[in-house]
Amino acid sequence: MREKVVEIRGLEKSFGDLDVLKDVNLELYKGENLVVLGKSGSGKSVLIKIMVGLLKQDSGSMNVLGREISTLKTKELNELRLRIGFSFQNSALYDSMTVRENMEFPLVRNVKNLSKKEITMKIEGLLDSVGLPQSINQMPSELSGGQKKRIGVARTLILEPEIMLYDEPTAGLDPITCGELNALINQVKDEYNTSSIVITHDLTCAKDTGDRVAVLLDGEFNAVGTFEEIFPNAEDPRIKSFYDYNFINS
Amino acid sequence: MTEKAADRKPLLSKKIDKFFAGLADAWNFVLRFFKELFVPPYEFKEVIHQCYRIGVESLPLISLTGFIVGIVFTNQSRPSLAEFGATSWLPSLISIAVVRAMGPLVTALIAAGKVGSSIGAEIASMKVTEQIDAMEVSATNPFKFLVVSRVIATTLMIPLLVMYTDFVALIGSFLSVNANEMVSMTTFFVQVFESISFLDITSSILKSLLFGFTIGIVGCYKGYHSSKGTEGVGRAANAAVVMAMFLIFIEELLVLQIVNAIRAF
Repeated sequence: MREKVVEIRGLEKSFGDLDVLKDVNLELYKGENLVVLGKSGSGKSVLIKIMVGLLKQDSGSMNVLGREISTLKTKELNELRLRIGFSFQNSALYDSMTVRENMEFPLVRNVKNLSKKEITMKIEGLLDSVGLPQSINQMPSELSGGQKKRIGVARTLILEPEIMLYDEPTAGLDPITCGELNALINQVKDEYNTSSIVITHDLTCAKDTGDRVAVLLDGEFNAVGTFEEIFPNAEDPRIKSFYDYNFINS
Repeated sequence: MTEKAADRKPLLSKKIDKFFAGLADAWNFVLRFFKELFVPPYEFKEVIHQCYRIGVESLPLISLTGFIVGIVFTNQSRPSLAEFGATSWLPSLISIAVVRAMGPLVTALIAAGKVGSSIGAEIASMKVTEQIDAMEVSATNPFKFLVVSRVIATTLMIPLLVMYTDFVALIGSFLSVNANEMVSMTTFFVQVFESISFLDITSSILKSLLFGFTIGIVGCYKGYHSSKGTEGVGRAANAAVVMAMFLIFIEELLVLQIVNAIRAF
C-alpha cells in the first residue's frame, strides 16, 4: 500500500459569505506529482496555503507528513515547514537581495554549522540543476519571469523538502518556458525524490507533470485520476469545457 | 450580535468600531515587537544594514536641512533681539531652541518623510508580492527580520542624527552670527554650552529615541498591514508618513509638559 504524505478530509474554508472550499477530500502519495486543476478563484492556492499554515481552515482535517496542521504550535509548524517547499506564483524572490543571498536566506537561518564553502557549494549545485549557474550574483530585477521561477524553485529546494508545492508554475510564461518549467518539475521529483502538488489551470502542465490530476470546481474535487481517465472524454460539461478551451480553442 | 444586525449599525458606530479595532491591532503590534525583541535568534546583520541605510544614507539631507535651519532661525531672530540691543544673546537663544526643540523635531520630521515612507513602501511591496509569506514558509520569522531590525535601527539612529543636526544647525548659526556680529567661534560655543543644561540634552536624546521608535514602528505597521495590491503600497507609504508626523507632534507636546514639570520641580 502506498504511503500517504498528505491527507485532507472534509476541509472547508470561506472568506466572508464566499465558500471557497467545501468538503474537500484528497490524498497525496509519496513520490507522486498530483496536479490540482481549477479555474481562477476556485480555491486551489487557498488549499496549499492551508497546507503550510499561511491560512487556517474553518473545519476539517489537513494531515501533512503525519501532523495535523491546525493543532500545531508555531515551533512545530516551523519544523514541518522545513519539510515542505513552496514555490510561489510570482516567485516571491526577495528583491533587495541577490540570487545568492536569496538562496542563503533560508539556509543560514535553519541549518546550523555550515561553512561558507559548504553554503556556496550547495547554492552552486542547485543553480546548476535549474540551469542558471551564471545568475548567482544577479538581482531578481535582472531576471526574466521564467528565470525567477527557476530560482524560486532552487531556493525552495535548498532545504531539501520532502513535499513540493507549486503555485501556478507556468502562469504568465511563454509556451517554451512553460515546457522547460514542466520538465524542471519532473526533474525535481526524480532527482530530489519529492512528492508534489502542482496548482495550475494549464492543462499542458497537468498532462506533462501530473501522475494524477484532481479537478477543483465550485469548492469540491469533481474528478480525481490520471489525465487520461479524466480527459478528453469527460462527461461533466465544466470539465469538458476546460479541456476544450485548453486543447481546441487555443 | 448577528451579521444582519451588524450591517444595520449606523455609519458613525461602524467607524468607531473600526477605529478601536485598529487601535487594538496597533497595540498588539507594538507588544509583539517587544516580545520578539528579546527572543533569539537575533538579526544583527540586518540591524547593521538598516542602521547604515537609515543613518548614513540620510546624512546629506539632514546636513543640508540642519544647516539651513541654523542660518534661517538665526537670521529670523536677529531683528527682534536687535530691537532690545540683545543680539549678543543670539547664541544662547539658538542653542536652546535647537537642542530643546528644533533639532529633534526637524530631524524626526525629515526622517518620517524619508525613512518612514521607505519602510512602509518596502514592507507593503514585500507583502503584496508574497515575499513575507515566502519567509514564513521557509520557517523564518518575517516579523523579526523586517520589523524588529528596522525599529531597532530607527530607534538607535534618530538620536545620532539629531545630535548631528544640532551640531550642523549650530555651525550654520555660527556662520551667520560670525558674519554679522563678528563673534568668534570660541565665544559662540562657550555661550552655547553655558545656555544648555544636562536636562536639555537628556530630554532631547530621550525624545529622539521616542521619535525614532515611532517612525520605525509606524512605517512597519502600515507596511505589514497593507492591502489592495499595488495601490496599497502607495497608501502604506503615505499613511506611514502622515501618522508618524502626527504622533511626533503629540509626543513633542507630551515630552515638553513632562520636562517643564521636572524643570519646575
